Amino acid sequence: MLQLAWLLLAFPAAGALINTFLGSRFSKPTIGWIASGTVAASFVVSLGLLLGLLGLPGEERVITLPLWDWITIGDFRAPTALLIDPLSVTMALVVTGVGALIHVYAIGYMFDDERFQRFFVYLNFFVFAMLILVMSDNFLGMYVGWEGVGLASYLLIGFWFDKRDDTYGYYADAGKKAFLVNRVGDFGMALAIMILWTSLGSVTFLDVFQAAPASLSSGVATAIALLLLLAATGKSAQIPLYVWLPDAMAGPTPVSALIHAATMVTAGIYMIARTHVLWELGPSAANLAAWIGGLTALMAASIALVQVDLKKILAYSTISQLGYMVMGVGVGAYAFGIFHLITHAFFKALLFLAAGNVMHGLHGELDIRKMGGLREKMPTTYRLFLIGALALAGFPLMSGFFSKDGILLNVFGHSPLLYAIGLFTALLTAVYSFRAVFVPFWGQPRDKHLHEHAHESPPIMTRPLWVLAILAIVGGVLNLPFVLTLERWLEPAVGEPSFHPSLALEVSLLLVSAVVALAGIYLAYARYVKEIGWARRLQNALGPLQPLVEHKYYVDEFYDAAIVQPLKALARWFAEVFDPGIIDGSVHLIGRANLAAGERLRRLHNGLVPTYALSIFVGVVVLVMYLVFG
Amino acid sequence: MNIAALTANLHVILPEMVLAAFALLVILADMLRQDEEESRLLPLLTLAGILAAMAATAWIWNRPVASYQEGAIADGFALGARTVILVAAGLATLLSMGYLPRINRQMGEYYALVLLATLGMTMMASATDLIVLFLALEIFSLALYILSGYYRKNPRSTEASMKYFLLGAFASSFFVYGAALLYGAAGTTQLREIGNLLASDHGNPNLLWPGIALLLVGFGFKVSLVPFHMWTPDVYQGAPTPVTAFMSAGTKTAAFAAFVRVLMEALPAQQIQWGWALAVLAVLTMTVGNLTALRQLSLKRMLAYSSVANAGYILVALVPGTAQGSKAALFYLLTYAFMNVGALAVVITLEKIDELDALQNRAAGLADRWPLLALAMSIFMLSLSGIPPLAGFFGKFFVFQAAVEGGWTWLAVVGVLNSAISAYYYLRVMVAMYFHEAEEPVQPRRWGGLSLSLALTALATVIIGLYPSLWTGFLSGLGG
Amino acid sequence: MAIDYLPLLILIILAMGFAAIAMGLPAVLGPKLPNKQKYEPYESGIIPFADARRRFPVQYYLVAMLFVVFDIEVIFLYPWAVILNRLGLFALVEMAIFLLILLVGYVYCWKRGALDWGGQVRPGDDVVESQVVESQVEEE
Repeated sequence: MLQLAWLLLAFPAAGALINTFLGSRFSKPTIGWIASGTVAASFVVSLGLLLGLLGLPGEERVITLPLWDWITIGDFRAPTALLIDPLSVTMALVVTGVGALIHVYAIGYMFDDERFQRFFVYLNFFVFAMLILVMSDNFLGMYVGWEGVGLASYLLIGFWFDKRDDTYGYYADAGKKAFLVNRVGDFGMALAIMILWTSLGSVTFLDVFQAAPASLSSGVATAIALLLLLAATGKSAQIPLYVWLPDAMAGPTPVSALIHAATMVTAGIYMIARTHVLWELGPSAANLAAWIGGLTALMAASIALVQVDLKKILAYSTISQLGYMVMGVGVGAYAFGIFHLITHAFFKALLFLAAGNVMHGLHGELDIRKMGGLREKMPTTYRLFLIGALALAGFPLMSGFFSKDGILLNVFGHSPLLYAIGLFTALLTAVYSFRAVFVPFWGQPRDKHLHEHAHESPPIMTRPLWVLAILAIVGGVLNLPFVLTLERWLEPAVGEPSFHPSLALEVSLLLVSAVVALAGIYLAYARYVKEIGWARRLQNALGPLQPLVEHKYYVDEFYDAAIVQPLKALARWFAEVFDPGIIDGSVHLIGRANLAAGERLRRLHNGLVPTYALSIFVGVVVLVMYLVFG
Repeated sequence: MNIAALTANLHVILPEMVLAAFALLVILADMLRQDEEESRLLPLLTLAGILAAMAATAWIWNRPVASYQEGAIADGFALGARTVILVAAGLATLLSMGYLPRINRQMGEYYALVLLATLGMTMMASATDLIVLFLALEIFSLALYILSGYYRKNPRSTEASMKYFLLGAFASSFFVYGAALLYGAAGTTQLREIGNLLASDHGNPNLLWPGIALLLVGFGFKVSLVPFHMWTPDVYQGAPTPVTAFMSAGTKTAAFAAFVRVLMEALPAQQIQWGWALAVLAVLTMTVGNLTALRQLSLKRMLAYSSVANAGYILVALVPGTAQGSKAALFYLLTYAFMNVGALAVVITLEKIDELDALQNRAAGLADRWPLLALAMSIFMLSLSGIPPLAGFFGKFFVFQAAVEGGWTWLAVVGVLNSAISAYYYLRVMVAMYFHEAEEPVQPRRWGGLSLSLALTALATVIIGLYPSLWTGFLSGLGG
Repeated sequence: MAIDYLPLLILIILAMGFAAIAMGLPAVLGPKLPNKQKYEPYESGIIPFADARRRFPVQYYLVAMLFVVFDIEVIFLYPWAVILNRLGLFALVEMAIFLLILLVGYVYCWKRGALDWGGQVRPGDDVVESQVVESQVEEE
C-alpha cells in the first residue's frame, strides 16, 4: 500500500498535464472534474497511506520511499524520495481533502471565466507542488516544493493580470509583490540548506536530525533556525514579511481559500514542525519565533478590526491565525500548531468560500459597508459563514476553540506575557469575526440596488462548503483535551511534548478562553447590532489609534521608502549609467571582435574541394611532424 | 579451421545481423510492391528493423561481455554507443517519412541505405580490430555518400554528395594507411594486442608515429575536427535534412566510439603525445566552429558549424585518456543526438518545399503562430548552448569535469569560454522566434513522424537534463 | 626479416622480365608490314565505328559490375565446394546466406532495369535522368 505513495503526486501532475495539452478539446465541466477528480484521487491515496501507517506500531511509522536519484555530483547526493510519516500524511490529507472541495467549488465559481482551463491547470500544479513540499524526505525536495507553490501562488494571484482597480492597483503587481517578498524568505531557506550541507554533509531529513544533536553546535543550529524562521515569515506571512498576503486577495476567491488560507501559507508551520530538532538545538531562535508569532497575531487582528473589505478582513485574520500557529510551534507545541493548522484550514477555507459566495451574489462587491441584511437573501451562505466565524472566534466546543486553547495553554507554560498577548488577540478575533457576520448579514440593507440583485449561489458552490462546515464544527475531536489523539499520532514525527500542564491549570485556562470568546462576540453584538452607547464610547476612546491601524501601521509605506525606492534608484543607476557604459561597452567590444573573427573564418570555407583537401593535407603534415619529431 | 569458433558468441553481432536482414527485406519489399501506395510501408519496415536491433542490443546488455572472433565486442561502452546510433537512425527515419516523397520517389534504396549505414555505424562502435573498423567505416561512409545526394534534382545536394565522396575517399586513404603503418609497427590489427605490444615498447617508432598521426586524420575527418572539417558545412547544408540529422548524430557517435576505443585500447601508452595533439585540435575545433557559426544566416549551416564545435567539446573529454572521460563523451553524444536531431527536425518544418535549407529569418515570429514549435526549438537551442537544467548542460558539465579531473583545467576553461560564445548564435534563433515579426507567413510542414520525433527529442532533452543520473547509470566508460 | 621477402622480389623481377622479353622479342625478330587495318584498335573482331574515348550508356558499367560480382561468386564457390565435406553444415548455411544476399542484389538490378538495354523511360525514373539517356541514344 505504502509503495503506491508516488500516486499521490502523480495524480495532480497528470491532471495538470492532461488539462494543459488536451484541455482545449474538453468542455468546461470536463476540465473541472478532471482537475477535481485527480485531487480527490490523491485524497484517497492519502487515506490509504493513513490506514497503512495505522496498521504499523508507533515507532515504525516513519518510512522513506526512495523513487530515484535526482542529482549525484561527487559526494553530493540528492535522492528523490518520499517521507511517509504521521506529519506528512496529515498534511497530505489536509491539502488534498480541502483542495478537492475547493476544486469542486471553483468549477462553479470560475465557470464564466475565459481562462477557465488555465485556472485548473495552475490549481492542479499548486496541489502537486504542495505535495512535493510536504512529502519530500529532504530539504532540497522541500525547497523545490516551496518554490513551486510560490510560483503557483504568483500565477494565481495575478490570474486576472489584465485587471486593475483601486484596492489592488494592477492585479499583476499584487502577484509580483507576493513573489518578491517571498524571495526574501526563500533566500533564507536556501542559505539554511547550504549551511546544513556544509556542516553535516547531508540534506536528508532523517540523516540531518540524527546527526544534528551530536555534530551541530548550538550557534550553528541557531543560525540555521533563524534562516529557516526568515523563510517561514515569508511563506507564512509573519512580521516582517507579511505584507504580501493582503494583496494576494487579488486572486480568485478559491485561490485565496486554498493557497492563501488553508494550505500554502501554512508551509512555514509545517517546516518548523518538520525541522523541530534544529529548533530544539537553537532555543533562542524558537523563542524569537514565538514572539514574532504572538506580535503578528496581535497586530494583524487589530488591523482586521478596521478593514472594510470582506476578503481583506479574512486575509488579516489569516495572518493573525498563522501568528498563533507560529507562536505554538515556537514554544514547542508542535502538535498543537499542526492541530490549529488543520482546524484553521477547515474554517478559514469555509469563510473564504462563503465570502466568495457573497461576492458572487453581489457581482464582485466586497465592501461590507454597502452590504447588510444579506441573511434573508442568502440564507445558506449566511449559515455557512456563521459556522466559520464561530469556529474562528473560538466559540466553545467548535474546532477552533480547542486548537486555539491548546496553543494558549502551551504558551502560558512558556511565558505568561505572551499568553496575555495571545488572549487579548483572541478577544479581538472574536470581535472582528462577528463584525464580519453582523455588518453584512444582519441589520438593514445599506445599498438598495445591490441588495435587490443579491442572490444565493448554485449548489455546486454550497455543497462542498457543508463538508467544510461540519469539519469546522467537529474538527476538535481530532485532539480533544486530555484525549490528545493527534498529539500521540504525531509523536513519531515531532517528538514528545515538553510541557505537561496540571489538570487545574488546563481546566481554568479552558474556561478563560471560553469566556473571552463569548465576551468578544457580545462586544461585537453590542457595537454593530444594538449600537449600545458604551460600546461606541469604547471605540471613540480608541479613536486616536484608528488612523494608525487603518494604515496598517504604515508598514507598506515604510518598506516602500526604506527598501523599494533606494533599490529602484540603484537599479536606475545601473541601468542608465553603469550598464550601458561599462558593461555593455566591454561586452560589445568582445562581441564585435568575435563577429569579425567569425566573418574571416566564414570566408575561409569557400566551397572549393581543392581548398578543403589542402586544409586536410596541411593538418596531415602538421600532425605527422608533431608526432614523429615532437 | 575451427568451425566452433565461428559460431561462438555470434550474438555479439546480432544487432548488425538484424539490420542487414531488414535492409535486404526493404529492398525486396520495394521490388515486389504492387503500387506507389505500398511504399508507405517501407519506413515502417525500417523502423521495425531499428527497433528489433534495439531489442537485440538490450538483450545482449544482460549477458556477460563477449567478443566475436576478436573483431567485435559487446561491452557496456559499445552497447551504449550502439543505442545512441540506433536512436538517431530511428529519429531520422521518422523525419524521412513525409520528407522523402517530395524529393525522390525511389524509397527502397533510401531506407535500405539508412539501415546499412546504421549497420556500419554500430559495427564501428563495437569493432576491436583495425580491419573491421575500416570495413565498418567504409560501409556507412559509402551509404552516406549516396544518401547525401539523394535529392538528385537539386544541384546543391549532388554537389554535397560529390564533395563528401571525394574528400571522404581522401581521408579514408589516410585512415587505411595509418592502420597499415600501425600494423607494421605492432604486427597485429587487434587493438588490445597492439596496446599490449606497444606498452612493452616493441613498436618501430618510424612506423608507429606516422601511423598514429594518419589514424588521427582519418578519425578527425569523420568527426569533423578542424582542419579536417571543411566538408561539414557544405555537406550538412546540401544533404536532405533528415540525412543531415542522421549523419550529425550517427556518424559522430560511431566515429567517436571507435576513436575512444583505439586511443584507450591500442594507444594508452602514448597518451602524453596524442593527448597534447588532441588538446590543440580541440581548441582549434571549438574556436573555429563557434566563431564561424556566429556569421551564418542559414540554420543548417549554423548547426553544421555548431556540430564542428561540439566535436571539439567531445574531444576535450578524450584528451586525458581516462575512463571518466570516455563515459562523459558517450553521455555527451547521447544528449547531442537528441538535441541536434530535434533542432534539425525544426529546420525541416521551416523549409520551403523544394528547398533544402531554411534561413534564420524563417523562424521570425514563430512563437506567435506556432508556440509549441517555438518552445521545442527553444529547448534545443538552450540545451545546445548548455543552459541548465537541460540535457546539454550536463553533457558539457561531465566533459569539462573529466578534463579538470584529468589535469587539463585550462582546456576546460577554453571550453567554457567557447560555450559562452556559442550562446550568441543559439539564442539569436530564439530572439528571432520570440521578438521579431514574421516577414512572410510560415506554414510549417508537418507529418506524424515529424511531430513524434519532435516530441520525443524535446522530451528527452528535458528529462535527461532533469535526471542525468538516470542515464549515467547505465552508460559505462572505457579504459582507465 | 627482410630476407623473408626475397621470393617476392624474385617474383617481381621474373614477371617484369617475362613481360619485357615477350614484348621485346617480336619487336626485334618479327617482320614489319603495316597497313590501315593493323592500326585499328582490337575489338574482338568487330570493326570499330567510333572513337573509344566517349561516354557509354550507364548500363554498360552496371553489366560490367554484375559480371564482376558473379565472377567472384563463382571463384568463391569453387574452393568452398572442394572442401565442403570438411566444413559441414555451418558452411552450407553460410554460403546460402551469401547467395541470398547476392540474389537480392540481382533481383534489385533486374527490377531497376539494369539488364534492359535501350534506355526506355520507366515509371520510377526521374525525368532528368531519362533525358540524358535519350541524348546518348541519339548520339549512337
